[in-house]
Amino acid sequence: MSHHIVETRALSYAYPDGQQALQNLNFSIHHGQSVGVIGSNGAGKSTLLLHLNGVLKPTAGEVRIGDFPVCKATLTEVRRTVGLVFQDPDDQLFMPTVYDDVAFGPINMGLPAAEVNALVVHALATVGAGYLAQRPPYRLSGGEKRAVAIAAVLAMSPSILVMDEPSAGLDPAARRRLINLLKGFNHTKIIATHDLDLVLDLCSRVLVMREGSIEADGSPEAIFADAELLERCHLELPLSLQRR
Amino acid sequence: MSSINTALRDFDSLDALATRPTRLSAIDPRAKILATLGFIITVVSFDRYVVAALLPFALFPVAMAGLGEISLRMIARKLLIASPFAVMVGLFNPWLDQKPVLQLLGYPIAGGWVSFASILIRFCLTVAAALVLVASTGFHQVCVGLRRLGLPQVFTTQLLFLHRYALVLAGEAGRMSLARELRSGSRGALPLAVFGSLLGHLLLRAMERAQRIYQAMVARGFDGELRSRQVLAWRGRDSLFLLVCWGGFLLARQLDVTHLLGLLLLGHLS
Repeated sequence: MSHHIVETRALSYAYPDGQQALQNLNFSIHHGQSVGVIGSNGAGKSTLLLHLNGVLKPTAGEVRIGDFPVCKATLTEVRRTVGLVFQDPDDQLFMPTVYDDVAFGPINMGLPAAEVNALVVHALATVGAGYLAQRPPYRLSGGEKRAVAIAAVLAMSPSILVMDEPSAGLDPAARRRLINLLKGFNHTKIIATHDLDLVLDLCSRVLVMREGSIEADGSPEAIFADAELLERCHLELPLSLQRR
Repeated sequence: MSSINTALRDFDSLDALATRPTRLSAIDPRAKILATLGFIITVVSFDRYVVAALLPFALFPVAMAGLGEISLRMIARKLLIASPFAVMVGLFNPWLDQKPVLQLLGYPIAGGWVSFASILIRFCLTVAAALVLVASTGFHQVCVGLRRLGLPQVFTTQLLFLHRYALVLAGEAGRMSLARELRSGSRGALPLAVFGSLLGHLLLRAMERAQRIYQAMVARGFDGELRSRQVLAWRGRDSLFLLVCWGGFLLARQLDVTHLLGLLLLGHLS
């Protein structure tokens, strides 16, 4: 296995209506790295994430996961390796009960029933949501939904976790629980967010996106020290770094 | 607004009822589906002017609701919500069919009115039976049962998703409508143009959401088949339940129970 676990080479994408969403992205993310993807609304963060497990296909360039390019032949393996947590948990939790939903991925992987059960129980326990197993997902609170959505992805034992706005809509306590949970994971993490304090807490590297390109790539300290860059990209200092 | 929300809560509560352990919820979903199907076919098979012979069939939904500990008041409320459809279907019968078919207290009654009454009774019976089926089984189990009975996956998956996202979509519609209400000032009624644009937006949002749900499914290895971990076990009492139901329907179809009861009563009186 290569030590470059996620890599994009000249990745570009245009929506069917012609709007250019990503332009010539080149970066590689190493095993175990925790990377924050930040940028203004519409900078292309979500579009980038959807490329990482082959939901969208690049119009030019390629994405490589481990040693494979993401293409039709490697799609099953790529989707097992890259777990994608969606921004709105309601989009992700579509089965009648929490248990069924978390079991959805493992069952699709063709695992035997006993193994599926063990994975589901373990994933729910990891996010502290074991007590929710028999509840219908649409009756859960925002924080519970988020936890279950993460469990649903963990149950597929991915080695890379990709998250779109994981802290959006959470109350401060639920957000803190989420951050502590994510801190405990050894996965390679790629997190697109507007929550700059979360980036500061969790990430060792930051990609700044602007109008579909990568504007800057560096450590959080270096990025947040560059006031001119932050302003250009519609960002500001994380609250914890602002002087009162 | 509040009426939309009440309807939503009701819709939601129907499914929650099915999780309680009752004598009816212990029966295999397939047995209940087949019994309900038999009931609907029997009720629909009568001639269009039949009214009295349909009445004994009310026993089935009432007995099922009793066994399943489901409140008849709730079923009645849902029937009322759906009733405009049935009324629309039969609305023109009294105009189109004015031939008198029976005499009531010396007045001739037109065939149209009789068939209108027959349509309403059939609607109440069949929809009540279907509601009791869902309330005693749960929508998911009904879908699992239908799948095991051989209904193509495409339909059962559609039904499941319809059920799962009807609430989400209705919630979205409710929020849009509230947002409009709050900015519409004193003009209460919804102008047709605004209504059209509201509906159009709702359609676009629904399509976008469908796209995202599909992406989420694909991201977790969905390949077109929704696999279920549910196992259904057909037992002796399921066969018994089905036989008793079907036997009862056949009997009530062949013999005019109301007429016999009337004869019996008159015989005693005279």
